[in-house]
Amino acid sequence: MMGLRSVLRRGFDRVERGLDRLFGPDWNPLANLGPLGWFLFWIVAGTGIYLFIFFDTGVVDAYASVQWLTEDHWFHAGLARSLHRYASDLMVLAMLVHLLRELVFDRYRGRRWFSWITGVPVLWFVYLSGITGYWLVWDELAQYVALTTTELLDALPVFAEPIARNFLTPESLSSRFFTLMVFLHIAIPLLLLLAMWIHIQRISQARTKPARGLAVLTLVALVAASLLMPATSQAPADLATVPARVGIDWFLLSLYPVIELLPAGVIWTGVLVFSVLLIGLPWLPRRKEAPAAVVALDHCNGCARCVADCPYSAINLVPRSDGAPFPHEVEVNADRCVACGICMGACPSSTPFRRSGDLVTGIDLPAYSLAELRTQVIAAAGGLSGPGRVLTLACGHGAGGLPEAGRIVLPCVAMAPPALLDFIISRGLADGICIAGCAERECWNRLGGEWMRERVARRRDPFLRERVPRERLLVVWAGPSETGRLRRETAAFAEQLAAQPSYDKARPLSQDELAKGEATAVQRELAE
Amino acid sequence: MKGRLRHLILGGAATLALSLAVAYLSAAPGWQSLPADMALLRVSFTHSGDRSASCRERTPEELAELPPNMRIAKVCDRRRPPIYVEIEIDGATVLAEELPARGIAGSGPSRIYQRFPLPAGRHDIAVRLRDRPATQGFDYVGETQVTLVPAQSFVIDFRPESGGFVFK
Ligand code: HEM
Ligand code: SF4
Ligand code: SF4
Repeated sequence: MMGLRSVLRRGFDRVERGLDRLFGPDWNPLANLGPLGWFLFWIVAGTGIYLFIFFDTGVVDAYASVQWLTEDHWFHAGLARSLHRYASDLMVLAMLVHLLRELVFDRYRGRRWFSWITGVPVLWFVYLSGITGYWLVWDELAQYVALTTTELLDALPVFAEPIARNFLTPESLSSRFFTLMVFLHIAIPLLLLLAMWIHIQRISQARTKPARGLAVLTLVALVAASLLMPATSQAPADLATVPARVGIDWFLLSLYPVIELLPAGVIWTGVLVFSVLLIGLPWLPRRKEAPAAVVALDHCNGCARCVADCPYSAINLVPRSDGAPFPHEVEVNADRCVACGICMGACPSSTPFRRSGDLVTGIDLPAYSLAELRTQVIAAAGGLSGPGRVLTLACGHGAGGLPEAGRIVLPCVAMAPPALLDFIISRGLADGICIAGCAERECWNRLGGEWMRERVARRRDPFLRERVPRERLLVVWAGPSETGRLRRETAAFAEQLAAQPSYDKARPLSQDELAKGEATAVQRELAE
Repeated sequence: MKGRLRHLILGGAATLALSLAVAYLSAAPGWQSLPADMALLRVSFTHSGDRSASCRERTPEELAELPPNMRIAKVCDRRRPPIYVEIEIDGATVLAEELPARGIAGSGPSRIYQRFPLPAGRHDIAVRLRDRPATQGFDYVGETQVTLVPAQSFVIDFRPESGGFVFK
């Protein structure tokens, strides 16, 4: 399973690199699937409301009204119809790939389970919306959908009389059933919207809008496809016949041929088992996660930078409880904290320069503290040699995810506070630092990449101090399939540093601090 | 901005190609739900088995024990007996089944919904139903000869009030 996942992860990464070249990392559709889903939903909702103006909700005239808007009013209502259909289909595609991608990149387990679980009803509501929609056209496909659906429902012991009987003969057709479908086709999408909203409640700053350029491209392409290949109805439904050959929407209705081929019991069991398995996936097996971040009130002034930077809404600003002269303090919601360390990197107290006493900061990871990180940095720096010494701070989910000499692997590069970069350079621990994040198109920890870019560019608090020369920092965003590029860029950077005079303002650490680092390094080697 | 122009063109072309593929797959390739030269016969109705056989008269002693407002002479099982249905197409029996009463207490009607795809052409169809467990033969019998055209829907319903089986 783990082997399969890493193969798939590389596969996704490769395909996404290809799309990076076509779209640019920020417009990459595969890095925008959730936001695209929202965008497509709004297109479908808007065109749906527009279509409703022209649609006759009675079973007798429904078909004619759809024909009329498709043919006589093709340039607006017909266009809306095509958009309504194609955007729904694209939404199914975006959703399925999104699901697979979250699974492959392992962003669904541990304390990130909530978005996964709440995605499951979203999945079913999307399908149900589509099924009820196709019903309303009341053409042969609608008849096929109506028959197959009701026959499947009749396998459940709920209806006194088989509901498929509503579609047996022209005389048995009831408009009540059709009215129910019209109602469901409005109600289910509303439930879908509610489910989509719940889906993003446990993460902060969820992206519900794709990058503007991508949104424009998507809309233009959908309009073009709608004009070039307008959506049409099939022959009108006729209950004196049975639909023999139907054109199927393979996105929304691909299950229908399967329903026909297998016994109803198998279908229902399959749907149930699939849903339960999907819901249980975050615990099969559960991810082992480090303990949640903890707050040290003595070092916290309630500035809320960590609250703003946590990608998982795991930190709350609450009234001060210890009598210190600040209005607020922060509290970590341990059930949501994935131990990414981004908060530690955001805290102004996170400075490795302090020498007296234990190194404690406002918010820290118990299993990977700032003090531990500082020790590791000193130890790793001790192993660097020659001109152009480069120390790498790498994200565990990118090209630099595996530990090696001179590299420190972090849960997220944004765990490194800017003061640590300053510390490494101004204490002369290395000639330059390579910050090796995961792929640029999307941060594994959602917001870490953006925060790091902004901090290094001195645009986001905590700022990187001016005294750190920008040319001593190399920032590489590279996914798991780009280990070669990371190596090449790091080597070129080392050469470039070697060609420069070394940093002259460095004030080296005291001997015993260096020795402590050395000792840790030796200990670690022995342990390995 | 030159970079963005490239993304608009290349990304736009890719998105358009995807949208056209989506538009195509939204209605094609077609699905043959019923083979081209077939018609569909469906037998569907609900009917209750006759439970009068289970009824008996209460004895005067039994009646005396009941409160006055519940002194009804006849008692019947709440459960209904199953009905028995036989279908014969062109001389071959395609269904011979006891259909149990539905509902939690078995007090509801029995029901049937069966599909029989048939090649287009002439067919002799016979349906027989027994709703009284005591009877040996059948309580209702229906026979017909039809010529089905491809994709035709032919339905056998049951309406005791109009004399039994209805073919349409
Ligand atoms: C069309 C339907 C869907 C839409 C519109 C949608 C939308 C979104 C959005 C906007 C995000 C946040 C992206 C971000 O800001 O980083 C997200 C994340 C996520 N979604 Fe969906 N989603 C859909 C369906 C699903 C389904 C079916 C599943 C799985 C069963 C799923 C699982 C997830 C997971 C695991 C995350 C990651 C949360 C995290 O980063 O911790 N989604 N989705
Ligand atoms: S480590 Fe900090 S930033 Fe990361 S999830 Fe936990 S509280 Fe949020
Ligand atoms: S960033 Fe640090 S000081 Fe600011 S609120 Fe968070 S823990 Fe407290």
